[in-house]
Amino acid sequence: MRLASTETRRRSWWRENQQTLTPYIFLIPGVLFFMVYVIVPIFESFWLSGFKWDGLGEREWIGAANYVELMDDPAFYTSLKNNVIWLVLYLLAIPAGLFIAIFLNQKVVGIRAYKSLFFFPFVISQVVVGLIFAWFYAPNFGLFYILIEKITGSGVALLADPDLVTYGIIAAGLWPQIAYCMILYLTGLNAVDPEQIEAARLDNAKGFKMLWYVILPQLRPATFLAMVVTVIGALRSFDLVSIMTDGGPFGSSRVLSFYMFEQALSEYGYRMGYGASIAVVLFLIMMVFISGFIGKMVSDERGGN
Amino acid sequence: MFPRPIEHQSRAVRVGYQLALPIALILWLLPLLGVAITSVKPASDLASGNYFGMPSHFAFSNYVDVFTNSPIGQYIFNSFKVTIPTVIGTLILSCLTGFALGVYKFRANIFIFFMFVAGNFVPFQILMVPVRDMTVNFGLYNTTTGLALFHIAFQTGFCTLFMRNFIRALPRELIEAARVEGVSEVKIFWYVVIPLMRPAIAALSVLIFTFIWNDYFWATVLTTSSSTQPVTAGLYALNGQWIAQWQLVSAGAIVAAMPPVLMFFLMQRHFIAGLTLGAVK
Repeated sequence: MRLASTETRRRSWWRENQQTLTPYIFLIPGVLFFMVYVIVPIFESFWLSGFKWDGLGEREWIGAANYVELMDDPAFYTSLKNNVIWLVLYLLAIPAGLFIAIFLNQKVVGIRAYKSLFFFPFVISQVVVGLIFAWFYAPNFGLFYILIEKITGSGVALLADPDLVTYGIIAAGLWPQIAYCMILYLTGLNAVDPEQIEAARLDNAKGFKMLWYVILPQLRPATFLAMVVTVIGALRSFDLVSIMTDGGPFGSSRVLSFYMFEQALSEYGYRMGYGASIAVVLFLIMMVFISGFIGKMVSDERGGN
Repeated sequence: MFPRPIEHQSRAVRVGYQLALPIALILWLLPLLGVAITSVKPASDLASGNYFGMPSHFAFSNYVDVFTNSPIGQYIFNSFKVTIPTVIGTLILSCLTGFALGVYKFRANIFIFFMFVAGNFVPFQILMVPVRDMTVNFGLYNTTTGLALFHIAFQTGFCTLFMRNFIRALPRELIEAARVEGVSEVKIFWYVVIPLMRPAIAALSVLIFTFIWNDYFWATVLTTSSSTQPVTAGLYALNGQWIAQWQLVSAGAIVAAMPPVLMFFLMQRHFIAGLTLGAVK
């Protein structure tokens, strides 16, 4: 009898509070996983960047020495400079993607197939993109090499030239990135309000003016998303550098993400602490952008709901 | 519609457009076409300088070679062993978190949500040393399980964002009506919300499949041997062995690209719906 009553009491307690408790119970596994593998490691990396550590033996606290060393490391500056070049040139994916999207935004027979084939480069892995472009640039027989040779008389071994190599890799990276921006804009163009366009047409707006004053403001969400994925993509660039040049020739195509990996797990011995300090610098650079993006998303969230 | 529909233009413009489409496409995919053709060229063609012409005969033997003389079959198997559990694990976790953040109002909601969003943007390198160290300590270093566990955790960030926004857009009346009927919250999740989330689940499955299949960085950090490495890391190793044997490199690259490509063409609508979430207000 008593057992039954506690049972019902417990049940009704749960029934009364389930709306407050359910979200927490549902969040536990996801948040736990994310904390352990993502959030805590960020702080750990900051902590580790104060140590000298080969990944196996004793850690030795050396304070800011890793950062001091970084300030005098020419390879760090090369990587930083390349990251800036990546970031600036990668942003070209946005107008290029918009251009292709406008080109493809028609309703002719087979256009759907064209759209998906233009999008194709984004689906394949960066490793494959890297190999494709390594072949494209290959000295003596690569399509690009021959083309340049035909035009200028002498070919350029793009990936072996310390001054040009980064541009060659960025071009490879732009290929899938343009495809991504294109698909964002195609979706955006689909949702543009036809009445506004008609109204603008009656006012004699056309071509670039129409694009600038009528269409682009309506594409703002697509532009914001394209911006986010492009900036993050540029700063995350690792795969192409690793596949196409391994940072070479003479380390001239390194970027921070690659240099960090190289230092932490290089064949010349693991320097986890030094690697962590490079990662911290990259993280702080990225944080500038991330906080901007998040700020915008939070204010949208407040305004929208 | 912008630009002005082509059918309202003169005939010349329409014909010009129809001609420009295939030319633009060929130029756009030129590097890929080159590799596809190279992959079916006999080695003798490459040796004799036939780099661009059609192959003298179709050497599908390159593909046979790739499978028989390299561990690429094992690599692909490893990729599946990482990718499929990741898709399942991520979907389970993010359905739960997305439901919690999308349906309930509580103080920490927006904070937890933006923790997932922000974590999703961080550079991998800031996680690399601790995650590698942790995986070693768990005894999972150089295993597909260790790699999949990390991917599940990381992808939960993006998927939570996706699921939460999707659930927010569902009609709230459905949930309210079920509550009035006295249906428990867990049952609402299972019988009301989950069936409505099918499109989101489909979109995320293809997206996560592609992202994880194509992951290279974590594959190189957490796995080292051909018995555990996914195909992206494997391809890097094979590229080192096949110096100047472009017909093999090309065939290997095409094999490695196949699963996500098939996935994309089969589930295109879901794939694009997933990627462009938020591109339209």
